[in-house]
Amino acid sequence: MKKDEIIRVLKILIRNKLSLLGIIIILALIITALFAPFIAPYPNQAKGEPNPEEKLQPPSSKHWFGTDYMGRDVLSRVIYGARISLLVAVAVVTLGLLIGVPLGLLAGFKGGVVDAVVMRVTDIFLSFPPLLLALLISVTLGRGLENVIIALAVSWWPWYTRLIRGMAISIKEKPYVEVAKSMGISSWKIIGRHILPNAISPVIVQGTMDMGSAILEASALSFLGLGVQPPTADWGLMVSQGKDYLLNYWWYPTFPGLAIFITVLAFNLVGDVLREILDPRLRRRFL
Amino acid sequence: MKLWEYIIYRLVLAIVVIFFVITIVFFVSRVIPSDPAALWVGAHPTPEEIEKAKEELHLNEPLITQFYYYLRGLLHGDLGISIRTHHPVLEDITKAFTATLELIIVAEFFAVIIGIVLGVYSAVKKDSWIDNLGRLFAISGVSLPAFWFGMVLQLLFFRQLGWLPLSGRVDTIVMLEHPLHVITGLYILDSLITGNWVVFKNAIWHIILPALTLAMYPVGLITRQARSMMIEVLQENYIRTARAYGLPERIIYMKYALKNAIAPALIVVGLSLAYTLVGAFLVEIIFNWPGLGRYATYAILSMDYPAIIGVVIIAASAYVFINLIVDLIQMYLDPRIRV
Repeated sequence: MKKDEIIRVLKILIRNKLSLLGIIIILALIITALFAPFIAPYPNQAKGEPNPEEKLQPPSSKHWFGTDYMGRDVLSRVIYGARISLLVAVAVVTLGLLIGVPLGLLAGFKGGVVDAVVMRVTDIFLSFPPLLLALLISVTLGRGLENVIIALAVSWWPWYTRLIRGMAISIKEKPYVEVAKSMGISSWKIIGRHILPNAISPVIVQGTMDMGSAILEASALSFLGLGVQPPTADWGLMVSQGKDYLLNYWWYPTFPGLAIFITVLAFNLVGDVLREILDPRLRRRFL
Repeated sequence: MKLWEYIIYRLVLAIVVIFFVITIVFFVSRVIPSDPAALWVGAHPTPEEIEKAKEELHLNEPLITQFYYYLRGLLHGDLGISIRTHHPVLEDITKAFTATLELIIVAEFFAVIIGIVLGVYSAVKKDSWIDNLGRLFAISGVSLPAFWFGMVLQLLFFRQLGWLPLSGRVDTIVMLEHPLHVITGLYILDSLITGNWVVFKNAIWHIILPALTLAMYPVGLITRQARSMMIEVLQENYIRTARAYGLPERIIYMKYALKNAIAPALIVVGLSLAYTLVGAFLVEIIFNWPGLGRYATYAILSMDYPAIIGVVIIAASAYVFINLIVDLIQMYLDPRIRV
């Protein structure tokens, strides 16, 4: 993607009201995550310090989102939770790209047996229900943030492999690649110098759009108790802990869940407009 | 690739995937530290009892031999005995599966109706604020954490308004007073067939909230698909001709355009089926729905490994075959996909 094309896309994103809303929310979220210790009213409670005097208080001017079963400020914990969610999103997509991109480049450039093997392996992975695969991996590796990231990345990479393979195949036919080949330049150099730079941008765009789904799936694993362990503040975990308090202390699971929803929505709003600009025929994830 | 070659390829692939799933799940479940023999015997076992249980469950044999026993049983439709419930796993799963199936069917029914109405309306009012609102709604649908949205609905419709029950499939007391003759395992259908109106009404009341929760994701997909198909169709020549003849807009939309936009929108239902199967796992936990998801959760919590393997195999097989059938139908309808 050329520089002026990037500017063109950005202009469309900002002109569309819904994607602009998405961008604003994502920026706000990044700022919140970065400056959490300064924004959160009770940073110590966000890190897990109990506050037994104020158990399950409803929202008030002192605790805007109320307090949880240990008296901790829900707002502070939601603010700190943004860190975990963004971390998961970036880590899952990056790891997925690190596995998926080299395999896709190799398959597309080499063709033949290599291509066949790589593509069959992606077929197998894509036939697996993603949440079930992640669940299995989490159960095997144990609970914890790293394992959730690994589990999601494993169910994620085949999408990138397929996408970049298609790009690599079309670029392979370009005259400059043919010339490089005829000059006897090694495959690795051609892949690194010509194919990767020309194929990577749609994959990165796709990856950015996928961050919303990554947060959503990670929150589901957290909700099942397989993700971050207490006392760390994590949205999915907070909803899960708040589940038993739902009917009498509505604020406890409601606000963390709202945070998940708004964050995922923001990524999807931007993604929806991007998809229309870049490739209307691109298949949605998790169909 | 010819169509039949593709079908054979996909069938072989499906079998390979399912074999992979079985192998992975089998070995994974044995690696997790747990003591199935102790669980099997129950509380306060003697060492002899444990030894006997290990014998019965083939736990003293090497893993490969255990795997062989498992595969052999599987070929006879035997998924083993649940350690937790002491029932055959297949029996447990069949029962749970019908509950999940009923939930999925009702959810997709909601999704189709809401999605097509919204999508068509958005297309007709393209680029207006209604269209934007429809888009926001559709994207919200695919962004909602189902486990949380279910809770919000419970708060609203049970706690605040008191209109609908909190959870479960039917009230126990209703089932006791008006026993349901189970034929298909789908309570709504069974009560309809046998004319058991009390259970029928009760089952409908119970399914509304979980089905709505599960429907949100397909609603989003169907709305978007119906909208873009409708926009495409509205630009066709025959629609222009109809307009030129001065036919009322309502008839153009309902009689000519919708008919041609609806089939591709329905394919999305098939595509989202596999998703709802997995999504149902989370929704069932929230609504205490006695389906596969709840069964799997209990199985994981108590390390009931025959049940874990069984659920995963059934769910993965269903997922693989639903996707297979949908892909084949899509290929049949749209030859451009045949690569």
